[in-house]
Amino acid sequence: MAGGIKKFVVGAFDDEAVLFPAVKNVRKAGYKIHDVYTPFPVHGLDYAMGLRQTSLHTVGFIYAALGTITALGFMSWVFVKDWPMDIGGKPFFALPAWIPITFELTVLFSAVGMVLTFCYLCQLSPFVKKHHFHPRATDDLFIMAIECTEKTNDGEVQQFLQNAGAKEVNVQEAETGWWLGRYDREQKLYREEKGY
Amino acid sequence: MGIGSKFLNMSLLKYESQQREPLVNGDKNYHQITEDLIGPIEMKPTRLWYIGFWLSVALLCFGVYSIYIEVVYGVGVWNLNKTIGWGWDITNFVWWIGIGHAGTLISAILLLFRQGWRTGVNRAAEAMTIFAVICAGQFPVWHMGRVWMAFFVLPYPNTRGPLWVNFNSPLLWDVFAISTYFTVSLLFWYSGLLPDLATVRDRAKTKFRKLMYGVAAFGWTGSTKHWQRHESLSLVLAGLSTPLVLSVHTIVSFDFATSIVPGWHTTIFPPYFVAGAIFSGFAMVQTLLIVVRKVMNLQDYITIGHIEAMNKVIVLTGSIVGCAYLTELFVAWYGQNPYEWYAFKENRANIMSPYGWSYWLMMFCNVVSPQLFWSRKLRRNIAVTFFMSIIVNIGMWYERFVIIVTSVYRDYLPSSWSTYYSPSLYELGFYLGTFGLFFTCFFLFAKYFPVIAVAEIKAILKTSGENYKHKMTELEKADPEKFYHEEVDHAPVH
Repeated sequence: MAGGIKKFVVGAFDDEAVLFPAVKNVRKAGYKIHDVYTPFPVHGLDYAMGLRQTSLHTVGFIYAALGTITALGFMSWVFVKDWPMDIGGKPFFALPAWIPITFELTVLFSAVGMVLTFCYLCQLSPFVKKHHFHPRATDDLFIMAIECTEKTNDGEVQQFLQNAGAKEVNVQEAETGWWLGRYDREQKLYREEKGY
Repeated sequence: MGIGSKFLNMSLLKYESQQREPLVNGDKNYHQITEDLIGPIEMKPTRLWYIGFWLSVALLCFGVYSIYIEVVYGVGVWNLNKTIGWGWDITNFVWWIGIGHAGTLISAILLLFRQGWRTGVNRAAEAMTIFAVICAGQFPVWHMGRVWMAFFVLPYPNTRGPLWVNFNSPLLWDVFAISTYFTVSLLFWYSGLLPDLATVRDRAKTKFRKLMYGVAAFGWTGSTKHWQRHESLSLVLAGLSTPLVLSVHTIVSFDFATSIVPGWHTTIFPPYFVAGAIFSGFAMVQTLLIVVRKVMNLQDYITIGHIEAMNKVIVLTGSIVGCAYLTELFVAWYGQNPYEWYAFKENRANIMSPYGWSYWLMMFCNVVSPQLFWSRKLRRNIAVTFFMSIIVNIGMWYERFVIIVTSVYRDYLPSSWSTYYSPSLYELGFYLGTFGLFFTCFFLFAKYFPVIAVAEIKAILKTSGENYKHKMTELEKADPEKFYHEEVDHAPVH
């Protein structure tokens, strides 16, 4: 599983207003941002980092549709085919009476499915161990981790981050693997995104 | 920025009117918020906490004993009779379910309406929802008598035919509605808790705490991509919970409304039940939060402004409920059904009738007393709010009692009119036991979980914090033109 050790230059920012231009400059300079860890959702940061939109909501819709079909299909099968009951001569296929349960199952499937998908995509589960770049990333600091390659001069990157307004800069090593996140490959390069 | 991403930026706009009251008082920064909100759960519980907790556990034990007696000797230990087959038991069920609705309203509907003040109260309110639904669920289950057969309500392949459950029955809709509601509320609450549990984990000093909160936080790191998905998840869950919460109480009201019992057989029930549920739920949120903010020193986060906002919801929903009562009376008279009119006129409105007192008590608590909250001064008064929140909860309990008992205690023939129904010790014990369960859960929650959504408060700090509002006002005064371009017209990044 583990594919060796990766080196990261880590910068800690204490203000999102400084973080945004820093993200932009780092990307402009051609460095690869591994990830930015923030204590709360910073709106627009995903965009600034060039991450694509999530399609989690689409998945939610698919689960919902699955719930609708399951509920309606099952109730129809039970009451029309498997065990039809004559209730005062009313039709076996009692669609209006099934709407509440259909609705509930639609919601249930969608919610449960989305949460499980969310946990899967983010690799969240009890007992997972992940690399935490900074303990205050969940408190008050915005942590930017820049991935180093063989060509990267980490001293230069550290200097760059300091100039960009980072309060603390250091170099860290982490074992590569799924716990580092799998989505960094979906990040577009600044050049590609802006068309130059 | 594409339309999709605008849609997902669900929290507040960058700029908030300076006219609005701050949602976070005091000179706060991100770290201070963490200290204030996580600090209390890192300390040893206070004496007050222990007293409250053990009192709740004692009540819970009484409840367990009452249920034990009920299971051993059967539902006969309750004072239900012919014709009152649904008494306190179902009253309490509907009451607790209603209590839960405020949590979902705050966490989901107010999220969709972009009400910033929800961030101060949503976590505790959602917890309240979950505990209230657990309490509510006890009643129909133990009412079954042979409770070990409770799984009969689930549609599973069986050896009796196969005989399936009746999908046309509102009671079965209830099974689906309540269990879905519980599951979705739990997921919504817990997914929102993950980032805050990670904060607790990262501050933990002892190994044990680190392990426990580490497990509970699911390895949350705060990665931007995770936040992006988290936001999307919360938004869609809010979108799902909104119709869900309306459907749940609608379906509960169908338990009554689809029958042909005079007093129950009315089309107004769904909206009337939903409004009542939100009304009583907000009252319970007030009861809990007024205590919590005081005991845990959270006055800066649950401000008078928050309390006022909730009181506005109470006066609105209380008035809707009042309108519903009057409409119901009018329709009973206008509908010209003698049985219907008798149920309303003689069984309820006639104060000299056996249960007339409960009808007028309900009218007073739910319709008359919340009108106090038209006054801004009273809305912002803690003592009045606390007192009113209790009154409203009593009133809403009586609403369910009135609907259930006064509709069935006199059957069509006077010869089948029932004797006066009052609960037995075991019915009372069961009800008090659910209070024990509810408060035991709530005390544990307040001790071990952040009662305020820490990350969400941080996200609104710079738009709605008192200190930042002051800074904004100064900037605006200094150079309005520049202020407009930089702050108001500010799109996050380009």
